[in-house]
Amino acid sequence: MSTFRFTRDHEWVRLDGDLAIVGITDYAQSQLGDVVYVELPEIGHRVAKGTEAAVVESVKAASEVYAPVSGEVAEINEALTADPAKVNADPMGEGWFIKLRLDDPKELDSLMDEEGYKRFIEEQR
Amino acid sequence: MTLAATAEPLKQTPLHSLHLALGAKMVAFAGYEMPLQYPSGILNEHLHTRAQAGLFDVSHMGQLRVAGGDALNGLEALVPGDLLALASLRMRYTLLLNEEGGILDDLMVTRLDGGLFLVVNAARREADLAHLRTRLDRSTTIELLEDQALLALQGPAAAAVLSGFCEGIARLGFMTARETTLAGYKCLVTRSGYTGEDGFEISLPAAGAAAVAEMLLARPEVQPTGLGARDSLRIEAGLCLYGHDIDETTTPIEAALAWTIGSRRRAEGGFPGAAVVLRQLAEGAPRARVGIRPEGRAPAREDTPVVNTAGEKIGRVTSGGFGPSTGGPIAMGYVDRRHAPAGTPLALLVRGTARPAQVVRLPFVPHQYYRG
Repeated sequence: MSTFRFTRDHEWVRLDGDLAIVGITDYAQSQLGDVVYVELPEIGHRVAKGTEAAVVESVKAASEVYAPVSGEVAEINEALTADPAKVNADPMGEGWFIKLRLDDPKELDSLMDEEGYKRFIEEQR
Repeated sequence: MTLAATAEPLKQTPLHSLHLALGAKMVAFAGYEMPLQYPSGILNEHLHTRAQAGLFDVSHMGQLRVAGGDALNGLEALVPGDLLALASLRMRYTLLLNEEGGILDDLMVTRLDGGLFLVVNAARREADLAHLRTRLDRSTTIELLEDQALLALQGPAAAAVLSGFCEGIARLGFMTARETTLAGYKCLVTRSGYTGEDGFEISLPAAGAAAVAEMLLARPEVQPTGLGARDSLRIEAGLCLYGHDIDETTTPIEAALAWTIGSRRRAEGGFPGAAVVLRQLAEGAPRARVGIRPEGRAPAREDTPVVNTAGEKIGRVTSGGFGPSTGGPIAMGYVDRRHAPAGTPLALLVRGTARPAQVVRLPFVPHQYYRG
């Protein structure tokens, strides 16, 4: 399994072949609470790093999920439509949101590694 | 994604350390640090309250005692409810109105032997106090009960649970009160709530709040329940939240609260804004608060624009989200009167996309109030 990279907005991304899988972190899902709805982009949609790629809604509120890197949406996790609670149950696995065809794999280097993200959320508490 | 943060000095309720010990996620609400949810989460707390019983800390609400002089007639002149008909230990849901018929606050009024007991919204407490002090006669005393906590025990198991500590309370009538003792503390128990379920609200000294809360939570049927579930429960029950579904710009008729206006008050008037309210009662209001059920799964939150099938704006959502018991999105809001009948097709502009929806009757989940 390739390594995870993290944003300061609590998204994760990891390479899977020539695609980058994107989701939200365990910390993010625990802060959101029960996820009841996920709005995903269309396949082929282009997203720029740091712009809205999806929307995740808990009972309480809607939150934007930003693209950790720029690229074209190659796949979306259709399973979240029927079972959005997967985001809570397995945020780093089955609860993934989208797969991106990267514009520039070097963008990944600007993101935090797992240790860096752990320190970052400790500072947030 | 963006996770909200706040940093203002907040008041705490007498149950603050209990909330922390229970692992609550605390948030700012109406100037108080309040539990949004406990570790089991909003969905679970909501469903548990409908299945068994939830215990809520609502000590942020303003509790007032109004007594002396002609308190009853004085307060009745400020609201459209028939307070003179209130027998001792009976309560009413009513509205403080302004001269235009706009709603200054919604409140519960209980008649006690020595005066009136009021529960008002936390965010409106100071405004209500100022209003009452200006409008009630000088011989009437208005006392803010700052050392009083308020708990709500709600759900189908509430009566059986409370009966274990207070004999006969299961037969207390809906919207009536009893003075009793719980864990050695003098309490005023009312059969009322804000969830649509059977249940009780318990006003008691702050010093006894933790003891009574822990005593109730020790029962397996009872689970601590936060503001998140309180909100989703009241939306499913079609109940208004002040500052969202009702405010100074909405009248009781627009808000679908005509039922709070007693027949004597309809005949006699004599409350603030009566000219506007009674005219709207006879002729209809220009807009109405309605239930809205979005098709599909996307929740429509407060301020979502409501449009007709031609795409013209006809209203807005004032409360909306996901209904755990309905299993899908639910909302309420104001729409132009022509679009208010149940069954009217509408659309909701969620993030710029028109999503089909329909006007439905409130509540979304039938009320389960105790009817004896």
